[in-house]
Amino acid sequence: MSAVMKTLDGNEATAYVAHKTNEVCIIYPITPSSGMGEWADQWSSENRKNLWDTVPEVIEMQSEGGAAGALHGALQSGSVATTFTASQGLLLMIPNMYKIAGELTPCVFHVSARTIATHALSIFGDHSDVMAVRATGFGLLASASVQEAHDMALISQAATLKSRIPFVHFFDGFRTSHEVNKIHMLSDETMRAMIDDQLIFAHRERALSPNRPVLRGTAQNPDVFFQARETINPFYAICPTYVQEAMDKFAGLTGRSYHLFDYAGDPDAELVIVAMGSGAVTAVETARHLAQSGEKVGVVNVHLYRPFSVDHFIKALPASCKRIAVLDRTKEPGATGEPLYQDVVTSLAEVAANGELPMAAMPRVINGRYGLSSKEFTPAMVKAIFDELKKDKPKNHFTIGINDDVTNSSLEYDPTFDIEPESVVRALFYGLGADGTVSANKNSIKIIGEETDNFAQAYFVYDSKKSGSQTTSHLRFGPEPIHAPYLLNSATFIGCHQFNFIYKVDMLKSARKGGVFLLNSPYGPEAIWENLPPKMQKQIIEKKLEFYIIDAFEVARQTKMGVRINTIMQTCFFAISGVLPRDEAIAKIKQTIEKTFGKKGEEVVQSNYHAVDQSIANLHKVAVPAAVTATATELEVVPAHAPDFVKRVTAQIMAGYGDDLPVSAFAPDGTFPTGTTAWEKRGVSHYVPQWDSSICVRCGNCALVCPHGVIRAKALPEAAFAGAPQGFKTTAMKGKGVPEGTQYTLGISVEDCTGCGLCVRTCPAKNKEETGKRAINMVEKVTIQEAAHADWDFFAKLPETDLSLAKTDSVRGIQFLQPLFEFSGACAGCGETPYVKMFSQLFGDRTLVANATGCSSIYGGNLPTTPWTTNAHGRGPAWSNSLFEDNAEFGFGFRANADKQGEYARELLVHFKSQIGEPLVSAILEAPQVTIEDVAAQRERVAQLMLKLDTLNGDAKVAQLKSLAEYLVKRSIWIVGGDGWAYDIGYGGLDHVIASGRNINILVLDTEVYSNTGGQASKATPRGAVAKFAAGGKLTGKKDLGMIAMTYGNVYVAKIAFGANARQAIQAFVEAEAYPGPSLILAYSHCIAHGYNLEEGLDQQQLAVECGHWPLFRYNPLLTAEGKNPLTLDSERKEGLKFSDYALNEIRYKMLQVSKPEESRRLMTLAQQDVDQRWELYQKWASQ
Amino acid sequence: MDLSTTYMGLKLKNPIVASSTPLSEKLDNLKRMEDAGAAAVVMFSIFEEQVKREAQAIEVFTSYGTEQFTESLSFFPEMEHYNIGANSYIDLVAKAVESVDIPIIGSINGITNDTWIDYGKKIEQAGAKALELNVFYVPTNPAKDGQAIEKLYVDVVKGVKEAVSIPVAVKLSPFFSSMSNMAQRLDSAGADALVLFNRFYQPDFNLKTLEAEPTLHLSTPDEIRLPLLWISVLYGKIKASLGATTGVHSVNEVLKYIMAGADVTMVASAILKNGIEHISVLLRDLEMWMEEREYASISEMKGSMSQKKGDNPSVFERANYIKILKSYEPPTFSNV
Repeated sequence: MSAVMKTLDGNEATAYVAHKTNEVCIIYPITPSSGMGEWADQWSSENRKNLWDTVPEVIEMQSEGGAAGALHGALQSGSVATTFTASQGLLLMIPNMYKIAGELTPCVFHVSARTIATHALSIFGDHSDVMAVRATGFGLLASASVQEAHDMALISQAATLKSRIPFVHFFDGFRTSHEVNKIHMLSDETMRAMIDDQLIFAHRERALSPNRPVLRGTAQNPDVFFQARETINPFYAICPTYVQEAMDKFAGLTGRSYHLFDYAGDPDAELVIVAMGSGAVTAVETARHLAQSGEKVGVVNVHLYRPFSVDHFIKALPASCKRIAVLDRTKEPGATGEPLYQDVVTSLAEVAANGELPMAAMPRVINGRYGLSSKEFTPAMVKAIFDELKKDKPKNHFTIGINDDVTNSSLEYDPTFDIEPESVVRALFYGLGADGTVSANKNSIKIIGEETDNFAQAYFVYDSKKSGSQTTSHLRFGPEPIHAPYLLNSATFIGCHQFNFIYKVDMLKSARKGGVFLLNSPYGPEAIWENLPPKMQKQIIEKKLEFYIIDAFEVARQTKMGVRINTIMQTCFFAISGVLPRDEAIAKIKQTIEKTFGKKGEEVVQSNYHAVDQSIANLHKVAVPAAVTATATELEVVPAHAPDFVKRVTAQIMAGYGDDLPVSAFAPDGTFPTGTTAWEKRGVSHYVPQWDSSICVRCGNCALVCPHGVIRAKALPEAAFAGAPQGFKTTAMKGKGVPEGTQYTLGISVEDCTGCGLCVRTCPAKNKEETGKRAINMVEKVTIQEAAHADWDFFAKLPETDLSLAKTDSVRGIQFLQPLFEFSGACAGCGETPYVKMFSQLFGDRTLVANATGCSSIYGGNLPTTPWTTNAHGRGPAWSNSLFEDNAEFGFGFRANADKQGEYARELLVHFKSQIGEPLVSAILEAPQVTIEDVAAQRERVAQLMLKLDTLNGDAKVAQLKSLAEYLVKRSIWIVGGDGWAYDIGYGGLDHVIASGRNINILVLDTEVYSNTGGQASKATPRGAVAKFAAGGKLTGKKDLGMIAMTYGNVYVAKIAFGANARQAIQAFVEAEAYPGPSLILAYSHCIAHGYNLEEGLDQQQLAVECGHWPLFRYNPLLTAEGKNPLTLDSERKEGLKFSDYALNEIRYKMLQVSKPEESRRLMTLAQQDVDQRWELYQKWASQ
Repeated sequence: MDLSTTYMGLKLKNPIVASSTPLSEKLDNLKRMEDAGAAAVVMFSIFEEQVKREAQAIEVFTSYGTEQFTESLSFFPEMEHYNIGANSYIDLVAKAVESVDIPIIGSINGITNDTWIDYGKKIEQAGAKALELNVFYVPTNPAKDGQAIEKLYVDVVKGVKEAVSIPVAVKLSPFFSSMSNMAQRLDSAGADALVLFNRFYQPDFNLKTLEAEPTLHLSTPDEIRLPLLWISVLYGKIKASLGATTGVHSVNEVLKYIMAGADVTMVASAILKNGIEHISVLLRDLEMWMEEREYASISEMKGSMSQKKGDNPSVFERANYIKILKSYEPPTFSNV
């Protein structure tokens, strides 16, 4: 057995083997598999070699479909090659998978199995993706744990070379891909022993080569195709034997023994569960636990699902087996059962038909679904399934883990059932994404796993917000290997790293009696008790918890750690938990600090050391009083006047009780109401803007740049402010066309602010007496909270500004248009959302949004809430996300519909011309519908039409016209997505759609990187920038999508950057929407993945434009008709400003400079040439 | 003619040293400086804050926003090696030492007696012949008295001297209550040379934006007065060598400084303005002047007009100020 043990996650464990045993890795990012490609890319960029002493080539493609094609080519020409994917990515590979398997080409796809998008997208784990490829001819080999993922990665590689059957090696997304566990690492010697070079030579011999030319990929006719397709049968027949041989050889080398179907539990079990993946581990552990108390139960853990070996399966079942529950982590609506169940039933039926059944009678088989989208699957649920099997008439096609109150499929279970041994220490930590809790726990688990004899496991849960998100860390460690792929529900240690969580999260619910509770508290040991909620006091007393506190933020402040309290809380955990003697623990923490931060400079190391030392000095044990003394009541999640759905469903999800919602709570087609972020009030920032009306120049900049729509402006007659709260500020507004007595006010929703500070940076008004202050300033929220709430409540109820003041031609004018996109979960300082908000202001009440998967679909549509909202008339953007790759086509479908149904409505209008009246019909048909006023007038006309139609009856076409009359108001179709979509995966569709000539509007939020999946390079990534999949710096220049689109001649194209020229951005939106053909707006979006303080985002936009990297322009084909040059260059280059002057302010460029200075210099020189050449070209074109 | 001089134990071929400027960031420029005749080069300064902040910035911004959202748990690949802060500087020093024959003097700019001092050691290991310590401190904290600040200077010099075995020059600002006392204390703390004076950061106000902004303006020859005064005063009173910097644009300033007692004169603004080759002009003019005046060596000239050796020591003191005032005649306004 290998002596080397490491504590790592499933993705790294798998990628480690894949990188060692392949020559080529073709990759594309998709959660949760991206980590595997990232490791492979990083290792190759570090020149890490494979088993054959050469560095594998790692290549990113434009999509998974592209990756599969490239892989197919690499394999056909003789490479030992692999890829990593999941979910939709795997689906995109299906056509090539049929080809690869059909040509008997050995390879392994490593898949972190993930839910396929249906009524909703889900990034989490289940088997719906791998089940969708079970017909491709690929072998399917399942791993149930991090160790298995490491081991099976090798076994599948050995088996594919021997059998020539390609394999999908899969493990559960997140539960295994992201679980950190301590495993035995495979040595190079073991891997060498498992991989037979002769088989690789044979693979190369079969490869396409002009030296021994053959033809593959022929087209065949009815006469021979069928027979030729049957030639592969012997390969599939022998494949299971080869897999088992590989497993046996592996066992001989490592001592870890696997079988195609591993049975565990009572040898004479009567009740058996059949399952695959991590759920099988839970089932096995529970069966073992129950068997110890005499229950006749067992579990078959399926490893090799395809080719399915009936023989091996039947042999794995105990002959005593009477009843079987087959668990599927997928759903196949309309089928006779889920896939694994069908295989099990078929196997038993076939064997029984042959009279070869080893059991006395045919076992009764039931099927159940569990764990969709990483739904928890616990020992309690396993027990409930065994209990169900004992019933006379066990429920078939059941579900477990949910409450199905619609079709009553679900089984009930006792959530308190627990099988975990006392020897396992279980620690649960609640923190914020920004405070470093997860990083600290990742370090802790490494220390425990690698520096002690303990086995260790960690799993992390994040919420769906990109700013102020809550994290929960689940850590286990103990003397035995940890097989518990489910969350902690009974913790011996609970750490709360954010004080305000004590009011929001019932964290002590999971505390074990006699456990430890560590709280980061601004109150000292004497004052803390009185500041706890009564429920928490009660839990501490009743559960006899040891209670510790530390003011971690104060220690962080003293030790210059900012908001990163990770090291401090980690030190406290070690100091209290006793997992190691205190001094030793501190020494280990310091070693880890040196290891983690050493290469980033001694200074970082020293400040962390200092924080460690100060933590112990500031840790206090609290004397717990005997009685509950607090009287404060719990906070409401949403106010009583919230809509019913928000209270019943949304609020429950927000409060962390989403698991408890029954099936009936949800619409069966995935529909949700909009306007729900307004009820969320997350209060994530301690610092919020405050308005100084006395010096405000009412420019509207702050409202425009606010990424979360927190800052709003209204201009109303003085009378509208009657009854305003005391201190509510307004300022007189004067100017051309402004009615006398108009007052301007700025509303700030402080509880929705994320504290980015962009509003302050953009404010042009300086306080003359104190030039450090502006008309908007960040202040500590607690100092203004009460008044700010009253002010916002009043502001929100004020009517909107009259359209005569709300102009669409300036920053000053647009501020008075209501954003119909507000309070999203985007990152603090997000550079995308201001654009989204902008078009929602301009056209939102008549807009359909097709949103490509990515950041914008997450902050736009990830439950529990959506920022898309409605105006006072109930109108607002209707939004949907189809997929990542098809967004242009999806939105194009919206256009096709609007055009067709609009045309039909107009036909009907003409048909009823005489009854309706010619003037109204003509007015409707000829309405210009360009400006907001135009559209408002058209709405009036359509309202009149509807009244008129009410007077007509008897004709079926009246009902048709009534149903379609809304299409007489111009519909604005917006196709929105990021650069990963527009430049890469969705480019083919985007190209087709802009070539269509149809009136669609495309907004590309260009962050120059795949932001949502964690910063992988796209074709929009500029040369010289470091990104994942371009760890050595991007070698090629940024694709010029604008130029490509302009070559069509009939596409409106604009390149905008609101931080450089907001007015030009607004102008581009208005022109694009008005243009009666396809429009493409490329919007510079500063991003957290650029690596700098986003407070500087606007300055960086300015530099990007001024250095020539992001030239602002508008290409308007309408000008051609007027005989003018359609291209207008809207920006100038600042003399002497180099690309590097802009780029090196960002870590994405800087990190190459500091890690590979020569390469950075080389790429910067080339990047400057890119900028110069592009600028010259644009300038020439614009000046023609 | 012997142009050589000894500066903190380093035998230099002439008294013109290229001062710490951004020009030394490029190896080509170092070669050009050597070719133009510079006797030594002081590398550009690595700033204590830069070392610390750069390290922290890399850490902060590579971890910014990480472990926050399930799909994007990080945004950047981990690099094997970060050549940050002093590391790239040290690499450059090593390359400079290899590529030129004249002595390379490393320069660190800082004020705390902290871990960054270790970088001095690394610069030494990279082959620098000496270290210039640019001590730069704007005492904005009113609670800190003069003694505390003086101690800071002394401690940092001691700290650096303990860390390295190459000679250490200390570049100072003139703002001490007792400049000569301070010079003596730094001398005792082990400074091998004093370089007078640094031109420290004085922000300007932008009236358009109402913002304070950093500005760089090049020195002019008339700025030599203050260093000239103190070099003249200190010459012969301390063990440490004296380096003169600020305002060296023509041979006149070179000569004045040497006569005041400087062992070397340092050029910065002049080569930024006129190009590196301006050094050769200075040397040519120096030789011409010495030839005309029949000076055989620099040492003959060195300190010849210092307070100690000059013909009127009181010219450097308060009495001289009165004399200037007396010489002041109000203008006559004949047209009134």
